[in-house]
Amino acid sequence: MRAVHFCQACGKVQPPAPVDYFTFFGLPRKLNLDVSALEKDFYDLSRKLHPDLNARSGGQEQEWSLQQSSLLNDAHRTLKDPIKRTEYLLQLEGVELEEQSKTATEQARSTGQVKKQIVPPEMLEEVFELNMQLEELRLQKKMGEDDPALIEEIGRQKFELEAKQEVLLRELQERWKMWDGMIQREQNGQPVSEEERRQERDKMVDVLNRRNYIRNLVRDVSEVLEN
Amino acid sequence: MAPDRIVGIDLGTTNSLVAFMQGESPVVIPGDDGSNLVPSVVALDEKNQPVIGNAARKYLTETPERAVYSIKRLMGRGVDDVQEELRFFPFRLAEDLQAGEVLRIKLGEKTFTPPEISALILRQLKRNAERFFGAPVTKAVITVPAYFNDAQRQATKDAGRIAGLDVLRLVNEPTAASLAYGLDKKQNGIVAVYDLGGGTFDISILRLHDGIFEVISTNGDTHLGGDDIDNLLITIALDDTLGDLGLDLRRNAEVVQAIRNAVIEAKIALSSQPSVKLDVALPDGNRYLREITRAQFEQLIQPIIDRTVGPCKQALKDAGLKPEQIDEVVLVGGSTRIPKVRALVKERFRREPHTDLNPDEVVALGAAVQANILGGGSEATENMLLLDVTPLSLGIEVAGGVTDKIILRNSTIPASATQFYTTQVDGQANVAIHVLQGERELAKDCRSLARFDLKGIPPMAAGMARIEVKFLIDANGILHVSAREQRSGKESEIQVQPSYGLTDEQVESMILDSFDSAEEDFRQRQVIEARNEAATILAALDKGKKSAAWGHLTTDEKKKIAKMEKALIAVKAEDDYQAIRKAIDALNQGTTRLAELMMDSAVSTVLKGKTMDEADMGEGPTAPHPMAKAEFE
Repeated sequence: MRAVHFCQACGKVQPPAPVDYFTFFGLPRKLNLDVSALEKDFYDLSRKLHPDLNARSGGQEQEWSLQQSSLLNDAHRTLKDPIKRTEYLLQLEGVELEEQSKTATEQARSTGQVKKQIVPPEMLEEVFELNMQLEELRLQKKMGEDDPALIEEIGRQKFELEAKQEVLLRELQERWKMWDGMIQREQNGQPVSEEERRQERDKMVDVLNRRNYIRNLVRDVSEVLEN
Repeated sequence: MAPDRIVGIDLGTTNSLVAFMQGESPVVIPGDDGSNLVPSVVALDEKNQPVIGNAARKYLTETPERAVYSIKRLMGRGVDDVQEELRFFPFRLAEDLQAGEVLRIKLGEKTFTPPEISALILRQLKRNAERFFGAPVTKAVITVPAYFNDAQRQATKDAGRIAGLDVLRLVNEPTAASLAYGLDKKQNGIVAVYDLGGGTFDISILRLHDGIFEVISTNGDTHLGGDDIDNLLITIALDDTLGDLGLDLRRNAEVVQAIRNAVIEAKIALSSQPSVKLDVALPDGNRYLREITRAQFEQLIQPIIDRTVGPCKQALKDAGLKPEQIDEVVLVGGSTRIPKVRALVKERFRREPHTDLNPDEVVALGAAVQANILGGGSEATENMLLLDVTPLSLGIEVAGGVTDKIILRNSTIPASATQFYTTQVDGQANVAIHVLQGERELAKDCRSLARFDLKGIPPMAAGMARIEVKFLIDANGILHVSAREQRSGKESEIQVQPSYGLTDEQVESMILDSFDSAEEDFRQRQVIEARNEAATILAALDKGKKSAAWGHLTTDEKKKIAKMEKALIAVKAEDDYQAIRKAIDALNQGTTRLAELMMDSAVSTVLKGKTMDEADMGEGPTAPHPMAKAEFE
């Protein structure tokens, strides 16, 4: 059921309804999404809602088109990206991702403590070693004596980590299938238990956390390598 | 008759232009000197009247303390961060500036804020357009560098308001250029716009498809342009004279300006000549003579133009594209005429840049296209839509002096983000928010936009209040903030202290100063111009009466002409410019046959409704002259 963005009869922009991004595009809360259909929808709606094309309307309509098109852009930006889309859906489902937790970040920063990061257990040793190597490279760079062998080793590990990220994305997409199946059953009128819902959510949270951890690590590595 | 005429304005560092959409294509509206470019130079004459454009340039060398150029460099900036500019530009700051106050500069004995100076330039452009249309112009689209931050954009909008213009939209310069390009080419593809102007550099990457101009990424440097090349050459000249003649000319404003003029001419000449000779008269009768070859020039400017490489790389990276994937590179800005710049672009993007469009005019033309779209569009623009992005990430300062990014750079605008705040202390009534723009981690390294004070939070226990704050970046790239305490549903009052801008009250007071007279000014100018045109046509008629063709007219025709002539002479003495125009038209009609009969083509041109002055407009648009009413839409 799509939100009503403009009047069917006269085509004028309507006040934006407080809907979530999926509803805005008339999409079910499923994670597999036809991105090219989304793009097409995005452009079509832009032509109708953009302030530039509503510039001659009265003040109220201009205000609505500003609100509508910012909602459109925010929704498009979020749903287009697979990770953002997943995170958004989880947020709609009431999950507060550890990674995202602003309160945790604020607390950590104000107390000077390191924020609790979920290190995937199987990676503990690897991460420990990599962090040591990064520290060493940082020191070397300060002195102006980078060791090319070290740089190569770190580069290789970065490459492996990036590959891991890809694997985790695919794992996430497998989880999507399960989630979508569940939603479909719901739509068909079959009941879905709260327990099942929670389990599917938790599995996705787990994959996301692991992947986000690696993403952050890759970012840290890139920063040291490039500077 | 066309409805509200919305014009497109390029408010440039070095030159400004105004343009509008004429039928299928945009055209630049010339000034009364026939020139398409209005130099962004403002001066005060002996009577403290503002002089703008070409007429103001002589003041730069004769009485430099009464003139200013490149004011765009100071728009939306504070005293602290213009220290760098002050080293190279003769901006004279007002003596009584307080910390935290908006910048003011001195022109003669008066002081002005940068938006007020820009407003004088905008008003000149407004007048040029009004003279052209023979009707008031109150709405405009104004361009800004894509990399301009919120304060710089707000300052530009303020300038428009002070000039009596309703600024319907601020458009990013590279995006505007792409509109002019896209209108011309009508092709889909990925376009990079490389815009190196007098003071700013922008690189934007866009996807053009089915009339949609979608910016994918943008980057730039708001302190990089042709001015920096000029300053480098000026510094060399000053060092030379110090070294060779022991003369320190740094304080001699007139000579520095003379040197500046000379190096600008030399710079331009070197784009087409292999070498050039600088020749400047010095105060004590000496002359500064120096030959510069193109090779030397290129070596000198290499570090400056190399500064464009970083932003280009970042823009490509943010777009997720390789240079090979770019279909076309469009060059914008006078500085892109430099062969070395073109070579750099060719090398970086692995293709010949597109140079068909006039780099000086393309931004104004694009602004005119956008103006047309906003005005409802026409056949040429009916499918066109601009989707632009915000160039800088928007962040909030959080505990520890860190920036929490809430809207990332290159997000399509309008864009928004919602944040929730609560209170620390029982009964706390206010919450302070510090908003920043930039990519750095620490708040102190980002650009402070404003401090918002959320007031009127209903009294509650600490941590109970749930204040929803919505940050919205509009289509102009300007931030709006609204807040609501969710439990009570009460809208919080937001008090904004812009870090570098004018408050609404300040802008209001500036408008009243220049606007009161604007209406009257306009009317008076119309009267003067109508009278001038009447005088010209009457003089031409006198000539016509003495010509052989006069004898060929019937008595009746002669009587009619005499009657209209008398009517025009009568109404000319009065103040109603519309009545004068009507009488001119009537006389025009009445003398058509006379004009046809006359052998003297110069005079017959006049009698057909153009004045001698306007007939010589040079490279003006083909648009109808106000007098030739029959050709108006």
